Amino acid sequence: MQVPPDARTGVRDCLPLLLGIIPFGLVAGIAAVNAGLGLQHAVGLSVIVFAGASQLAAIDLLGANSPLAVVILTAVVINLRMMMYSASIAPKLRDQPARWKALMAYLLTDQAYALSIARYRDESIDRRWYFLGAALTLWVTWQATTVIGYVLGAGVPDTWGLEFAVPLVFLALLVPAMEDGATIVAGLVGATLAVVAGGLPLNLGLLVGATIGILAGVLAERAGLGTSATEGPDAH
Amino acid sequence: MPTEYSSVLIWAAILVIGVATFAIRGSFIALFGRLDDVPSGVERALRFVPAAVLAALVAPSFLATDPTTGTLALDKLVAGGFAAAVAWRTESVLWTMTAGMGGLWVVRFLVL
Repeated sequence: MQVPPDARTGVRDCLPLLLGIIPFGLVAGIAAVNAGLGLQHAVGLSVIVFAGASQLAAIDLLGANSPLAVVILTAVVINLRMMMYSASIAPKLRDQPARWKALMAYLLTDQAYALSIARYRDESIDRRWYFLGAALTLWVTWQATTVIGYVLGAGVPDTWGLEFAVPLVFLALLVPAMEDGATIVAGLVGATLAVVAGGLPLNLGLLVGATIGILAGVLAERAGLGTSATEGPDAH
Repeated sequence: MPTEYSSVLIWAAILVIGVATFAIRGSFIALFGRLDDVPSGVERALRFVPAAVLAALVAPSFLATDPTTGTLALDKLVAGGFAAAVAWRTESVLWTMTAGMGGLWVVRFLVL
């Protein structure tokens, strides 16, 4: 089968990002072993959910035997950000058939969104094939590294503390997310509250910290910190 | 600390998260035309989700208590602080993980 040229461009654009995706995917596998999940669960998460940060949070909370409602709620809250991507990219995909829209929605990730929205400024690009080239490369890499991470993780002794790689991935994602005054306030308040409320039962500290952090961010912005009106990926 | 959930319950959680995530991703792509844009209040709040949630996930893992002594786990605190500095400078997953895991092993195996 002939690969459309714009799909090839998508693959090529996404290659440098794999440097960040590969260790992240390995951790998704390793964390699953450490939490006592089976390989089938690790792969199930990567295929069905296909959203790294939420997968790691779900694995973490399952390993800590938190109530399923907390596991689900936390993972879903983490993925809410993708609603922004969906809104931002929707006008560009309005002419795609419903079936392709569904596939592209399933494959919508931070990276696929960021690459595509940048390339879509070029009107001549084939939007569907460019997106699929980038997004499917990420998908395949994600599935492969999940399995490799699981197999490797099963062979490493507990004293190495591989589970510590999970917060490290979150940390690497957190720094660029704290991009202006208001988001920094959201992060600092979220972190403080999560630690203070860490003693709450059912692992609720996380949700308490996150919720109040978001609220603090909104208030900080209203007080004049940050510049969301002109910035952000969704300005259009 | 392995999970005590049965395989069926874990699958149920995976499925619910998966369906909800697909709905989130598809929301505006599917609805476009009927709904023009995210309501501005929602959009404003969504902007803070990554920073607040990720920070709430990270902080307790770095300020963890040692299960044997009941005091602050020094290895995680030091490694986390070092990794935070590297993350700040590089914004790279790879370097952050290298710094954090390296720091943890140095403190755990060589210092303590």
